[in-house]
Amino acid sequence: MSTFSFASLRRPLLAVALAGAASVSYAQGGKPECLAPAKPGGGYDLTCRLASNGLEQAKLLESPMLVNYMPGGIGAVAFNHVNGVRKNDPDLIVAASTGAALNLALGKFGRQYDASNVRWVGALGVDYGAVVVAADAPWQNLEELMADLQSNPSSVVIGAGGTVGSQDWMKAALMAKSGGVDPRSLRYVSFEGGGESLAALLGGHIQVFTGDLAELKPQLDSGTIRVLAALSDQRMDGVYAEIPTAKEQGYDVEWPIWRGYYMGPEVSDAEYNAWVERLQKLDEQEKFAEMREARGLFPMSKFGSDFDSYVKSQVEEFRGLAKEVGLVK
Amino acid sequence: MWDFLFQGFAVAVSPLNIALVMGGALLGTLFGALPGIGPINGIAILMPLAYTLGLPPESALILLAGIYCGSEYGGRMSSILLNVPGDAGAVMTTLDGYPLAQKGLAGPALGMSAIASFVGSTLAIIGLTLFAPLLAMVAVKFGPAEFFALMIFAFASMSAMMGKDPLKTLIGAVLGIIIATVGVDSGTGVLRFTFDMPELYDGIDFVVLIIGMFAISEILLMLEHSFDKSSDKQMAPIGRVMVSMKEVLSCKWSMLRSGVIGFVIGVLPGTGASVASAVAYTTEKRVVDKEDTFGTGDMRGLAAPEAANNAAAAGSFVPMLTLGIPGSGTTAILLGALMLYNIQPGPMMFSEQPVIVGGLIASLYLGNLVLLALNLPLAGVFARVLTVPKWVLVPCIAMLAFVGVFQLHSDLHAIYLMLGIGIFGYLLRKFGFSLAPIVLGFVLGGLMEQNLRRALAISGGETGILWESALSIGLWIAAIIVMVAPWLLGRLKSKSAAAQ
Repeated sequence: MSTFSFASLRRPLLAVALAGAASVSYAQGGKPECLAPAKPGGGYDLTCRLASNGLEQAKLLESPMLVNYMPGGIGAVAFNHVNGVRKNDPDLIVAASTGAALNLALGKFGRQYDASNVRWVGALGVDYGAVVVAADAPWQNLEELMADLQSNPSSVVIGAGGTVGSQDWMKAALMAKSGGVDPRSLRYVSFEGGGESLAALLGGHIQVFTGDLAELKPQLDSGTIRVLAALSDQRMDGVYAEIPTAKEQGYDVEWPIWRGYYMGPEVSDAEYNAWVERLQKLDEQEKFAEMREARGLFPMSKFGSDFDSYVKSQVEEFRGLAKEVGLVK
Repeated sequence: MWDFLFQGFAVAVSPLNIALVMGGALLGTLFGALPGIGPINGIAILMPLAYTLGLPPESALILLAGIYCGSEYGGRMSSILLNVPGDAGAVMTTLDGYPLAQKGLAGPALGMSAIASFVGSTLAIIGLTLFAPLLAMVAVKFGPAEFFALMIFAFASMSAMMGKDPLKTLIGAVLGIIIATVGVDSGTGVLRFTFDMPELYDGIDFVVLIIGMFAISEILLMLEHSFDKSSDKQMAPIGRVMVSMKEVLSCKWSMLRSGVIGFVIGVLPGTGASVASAVAYTTEKRVVDKEDTFGTGDMRGLAAPEAANNAAAAGSFVPMLTLGIPGSGTTAILLGALMLYNIQPGPMMFSEQPVIVGGLIASLYLGNLVLLALNLPLAGVFARVLTVPKWVLVPCIAMLAFVGVFQLHSDLHAIYLMLGIGIFGYLLRKFGFSLAPIVLGFVLGGLMEQNLRRALAISGGETGILWESALSIGLWIAAIIVMVAPWLLGRLKSKSAAAQ
């Protein structure tokens, strides 16, 4: 990693590349920036846009927030970048999610790093895992599915949008474990993202899809799928109100997918607190609640030290789980 | 049932929306023409603009559809003029497009590709209008086993491209497959060939690969020629500018066949313009290339991939609009745009949101008309890029490539990787390898491996799943036919010649 600041170089370059593309002006220095550690268009992009559009609408920033992309290593490249080059940049927040905590726990961001290498600012929204089957599937609830899994784990084909060890796989593994089924005995197929998995479910190529609640709305409306369980601590509202949680069916499994942000490890307390306060204020706005709902997210209000300790304990918990399900030794 | 289309046209022909579709088409053409910034990034970058302008949802979608169509048109320009594909779908366009430009036919080639793009898109949009809900149900029947058989068919078709040096084509395809294995293994999460560098976890980025392979190696070749004046392959002076009616008519069947192929492949979730143009090109080479002129500047070899990649782009709207499942990276971003407006595409969308669906389809029709009207007269203007001296052109391509790649990665590693791939590509070209099989091997190989692994994971290791369904059996038979037929035909011919 080179030591000169990319920030000073990137803005004029971007301005050239995107001339006329955006209504913001790209003057140098002091501009708030959200880094999405992925290619444009994915979940991290949405996370950054939630902050940037929200803060702009609520007028909580003096100048518009720039969204930049740094794909690579499912977030590892950006995590290394913040720890190497932009340790104390007071204008930079980086999008993160449950997946980042899982990767930290699995050592995928580099063995030398853990959750304490960055400053966790806060989360603005959350989605929840869901156990989904086609509308004509034989199972009406989680118990019936679990009974089949218990008698023969490999008789059911489970698919989702990530590899073994990803958070999509963790949902399936934890679900199995909560019913006393060994996660390693599951027949698991990984696809590229939720869309492909959903297509495979509708086409009958897989029987169970461990997806996210919010992405299922169109299929729920049209009745082509059945959600056996929401992996949340309590039932959600609206179209999701009929969906029972795994917990109320007697299986102790939860999978929140939070959407939040971190900053460099050497950002001063004053700058860090300013961001915490900014996000907190945003979270209280009614207009922001509408925006969050439009992006398929449920409310989650965790900021500052509250959020910091939440992420750290989550990473610890994942580390234990990873050992239990045989991902790390 | 046609209500949605009438309502759609009523929405699309309002002055604001016509202006938006034209503006979007123009912006999209620019984005597509820049090496490295294809439709996905163009739309991702411009999407916030549509939102901040406070446009109503149908207008925002119309703007984005204009950009999408435009960037599919723009991607071909650098393919034809510079032998540098602007995005994945334009790789096959270089095969006959660049030789045409070298012959001094850059103007007609650009004109032809605009017409082929128009024909392909229009066919696909008609298909989208008529059959969308029906097709979506068939598309989901296409599972991992069927995709694997489709990839086998695509590889078998590639044997048509082998030409004079089958061994080098084969080595090229295998190299592409090898490059596709870098990164996190999609089945198990194991890291393969990443050498502990997180930059390689996600594999080699397609844009980095094609810019390195094509643009950087091209620059190195140009540099070499500037030292060695004797070997300087001078471009033929630019001849006539307009494509002739005769040329267009000679391509009509190629365009129609390729448009249908492109649409069908575009409808399948997970495959897109790159696979569609490869299958269309190799099919056309088998069907019409009797004198073996494909690859040397044959208009039909240009029309086929252009019709197919545009048809695939329109085809990928089918699963998005009917199932809410994005069929390509670009439609995934459009899906995100719809969600910003609290609209969830899905099976009910045609009946519940007729204005949006109709408006989108109508604006696809209009966008393509605008683009044809824009591109035909401008072909001559764009062709004049070739009159720019190389010492100006070379640094400009290099700069655009570097900016494009850096903008997408915010990281210098991608640049280093691109340079390394460029040097590798240069060496390959010096040894007489063609680059297209490498890129195809990369695209098809990745999909082939993933789907084979998925199919076997579903069946628990039972290989029977690969030829279980009628669809996959059909594809296997087609693959065998394209492999064996030319050889059999050749034997028959020589036998009958001997008998005479």
